[in-house]
Amino acid sequence: MKLLDAQDLTICRSGSDSAIVSAASLALGPGETIGIGGESGCGKSTLLLALMGIVKPGLTVTGGRVHISGKDLATISDGTMRGLRGRFVAMVPQSAAMALTPTMRVGAQLAEAMAVHDASPPGDIAAHTTALFEKVRLPEPDRIGKRYPHELSGGQMQRVAIAMALACRPKLLLLDEPTTGLDVTTQAGILDLLGDLRRETGMAMVCVSHDIGVLARLTDRVAVMYAGRIVEERPTATLLTRPAHPYARALLASVPRIEIPGLPPSIPGSPPPPGMSGPGCAFAPRCSRAHAACEQVPTLLPLPDGGRIACHAPDHGPQAPVKGPGPRGAPEAGMPVIAVRNLVVRYRRASFLARITRQRPPDPVVADVSLTLARGEILGLVGESGSGKSTILRAIAGLWPPSAGNITLDGANLPARVTARDRAALRRVQVVFQNPDASLNPRHTVREILAQPLRLYFNANPAEVEARARSLIADVRLDPAHLDRRPAQLSGGERQRVALARAFAAEPDVILCDEVTSALDVSVQASVLSLIHDLCHARGTSCLFVAHDIAVVAALCDRVAVLHQGRIVEQGPARSVCSIPEHPFTRSLIGAVHRIPDVHDNSFRVG
Amino acid sequence: MSVLRAVLSQPSGAIGVALVTGHVALALLSPVILPHDPIAQNADLILRAPSLTHPFGTDRLGRDILSRAMLGGREAMLIATLSTLIAMIWGTAVGLFLALVGGRTDTYVMRIVDALSSIPGILIVMIFVAALGVGPAALIPILGYSYGLGVVYIARAAALDFVARDFVMSAQARGHARTIILLREVLPNVRDSLAVQGAMQWSWLLLGVASLSFLGLGVAPPTPDWGLMIADARGVMPTAPWAVLWPMAMLSSLIVGVNLSADAFAKALGVDRQTGVRTA
Repeated sequence: MKLLDAQDLTICRSGSDSAIVSAASLALGPGETIGIGGESGCGKSTLLLALMGIVKPGLTVTGGRVHISGKDLATISDGTMRGLRGRFVAMVPQSAAMALTPTMRVGAQLAEAMAVHDASPPGDIAAHTTALFEKVRLPEPDRIGKRYPHELSGGQMQRVAIAMALACRPKLLLLDEPTTGLDVTTQAGILDLLGDLRRETGMAMVCVSHDIGVLARLTDRVAVMYAGRIVEERPTATLLTRPAHPYARALLASVPRIEIPGLPPSIPGSPPPPGMSGPGCAFAPRCSRAHAACEQVPTLLPLPDGGRIACHAPDHGPQAPVKGPGPRGAPEAGMPVIAVRNLVVRYRRASFLARITRQRPPDPVVADVSLTLARGEILGLVGESGSGKSTILRAIAGLWPPSAGNITLDGANLPARVTARDRAALRRVQVVFQNPDASLNPRHTVREILAQPLRLYFNANPAEVEARARSLIADVRLDPAHLDRRPAQLSGGERQRVALARAFAAEPDVILCDEVTSALDVSVQASVLSLIHDLCHARGTSCLFVAHDIAVVAALCDRVAVLHQGRIVEQGPARSVCSIPEHPFTRSLIGAVHRIPDVHDNSFRVG
Repeated sequence: MSVLRAVLSQPSGAIGVALVTGHVALALLSPVILPHDPIAQNADLILRAPSLTHPFGTDRLGRDILSRAMLGGREAMLIATLSTLIAMIWGTAVGLFLALVGGRTDTYVMRIVDALSSIPGILIVMIFVAALGVGPAALIPILGYSYGLGVVYIARAAALDFVARDFVMSAQARGHARTIILLREVLPNVRDSLAVQGAMQWSWLLLGVASLSFLGLGVAPPTPDWGLMIADARGVMPTAPWAVLWPMAMLSSLIVGVNLSADAFAKALGVDRQTGVRTA
């Protein structure tokens, strides 16, 4: 008997026929692991929740059936459903930090999860929680239960969430983006844990992730979704090396890969908003292989290898890596545009009490960092969260005054605070922030957003603003019609393009990019990276590119500086640092990247 | 316009807006449509029950209650409106400035605001009225000041939600002047919250002015005023309830109308009425 069997599941917005998930079928036997991949808005999380019989408010299941261990979720009573949840099927939610109650000790929360289905005496429950904490490899399993969620790190909270899901020994574990938001080395630890749990307990798993690398490490089979439909489902190794659906091929190609220098190709266009795909194949407008037959929605048909595909024009050839222009070699010598010397940044001054009792001052966030940025060079600054990389960027931007050290722009000293800098110096250094949702004022139109730097630095009159805004919006490959929209009416990638256009409106010598692609989907990331590359090269602008993903840095940057605990541990040309890393931390950073195997790579194994 | 439509489509919003519009129209038109002289006393008509010539009855000086009730909100509304504007303007300016500047300036100025808020408003009003006498010229600045203290908290809290966002940081990094950042980046985002807050302030001030008049600290007799009318007639309540009933009905219908409208606008704009924080 199948553990999980979903047939033609269709989920629509209530009261309309716009489908968020269309005719999705998935089957899973005991001990199997299946991944659901795709970009944000493709319906993968909605599908995962529906597998547990949960539909978010505002959505309705309009067709299809889900069977869990032979029981139809649509016909069983709420009581039976509750019995199934936890004991038979359990879920690890997307963000453990949000899923744990902040005012309750984690041990008590875990005990509560157990008590729902288990009437053991309290003493046994305490022993069980310790055993579970040990199982998910938390440090000091007998004591960690006394802590509150905010006293744990992100990876530890994720482990607690996994322990809660395991509390009633489910046969099927649903994972929603289990490693998103964690550092790469922490991610690797969580994935190892999940792989070991699976081997030890024989649990079946369904794992949703936007990161194909995560699915590659964890799953036997992967289903790729696009615009609410499963477009291809294949054994993981086959999907990674020989995907056949044009979308799956383009998606995999857009993942930056550290072993191949150069920018990954992006997918032209953007996916339809959830529930808004037109008639026919939803991918056809972006597909190079589309033809007349694609006006009909393709059905999901079985393939000889046991996989399934929904495409009128699949490409069964091996996927050859295609790479765009990439990092250049050594930059030209000469005076650097930006030079940072012996920069030290502390978050807090030592308190009065600490000073009179002569306590050791708190460790600086950035300790004695020196770096230079040559004209026209793209320098990558890479490190884990908390390594101080964004702090360095903010210090250069004048938003976070350093405790010591100095920063020069073309040899002239830059005042520490942005308010002390003159307008010419301000114009020459521009910042692009991580999250375009937050960095664009939701109340302004794109025209108003672009007008701000034009008026400030060039005293542009309305006619000049209009002309410059039009040329800028074309430079970032958007349509002039976008000028009248507000940020909420744009997609994530479009917003980040507007943020780039605003930075380049100042005609800067240096742009500081703070994790500008980490909030974006991988195919959008590829297009934003190539945009940054082209804009910087065309204008000779230097770029400091801060990122946590060393593969992204390797794809874009000429030179790389690796930051660890506030210090630069290694720097050099991107190619040599990424292929022959010298410092152990750089090696661990590169080792934690989820590699996507090549066609010829036989060392790859699943699980 | 779509906001107004969303307000009117809620039954409570439609009732509230109708009540407020009716009151404002009455206050503006009443001098033209008055049935009787509101100040003229008539010894023959003392405490008459409602009749055809005096539909609301007469008070203990024989004045027509209908005419007085129609006029009784004018001065209170004028005082409340002007002091609301003063309170909103200075409260918003200080609140937004403190949110943006932060640090020590914010801490110290807020402690001063805390200290000033601890002085009961009624005490300040009594001191100033004792010094300057009753009337709008004394009340408007005092009420504008003391209600503005509350606006500082609300405006600061609403703005704090936005000053930490990257678009404000981005404007700072570009080197925009502080006033430009406040007016162009922060204010448009807190505008809705503050508009709802302003409506609430107006209703509290209307009630406040009526209470002050009741205590003899607000509108000076013989100007017709609901608060004064209630104070004047409270001794004869058992024998002539109409003399208290009508001004009370007028005052409460206006207050209820303002509150219903503010609620409906808050819902339509997606603002939490208590905290001023945007919920949608």
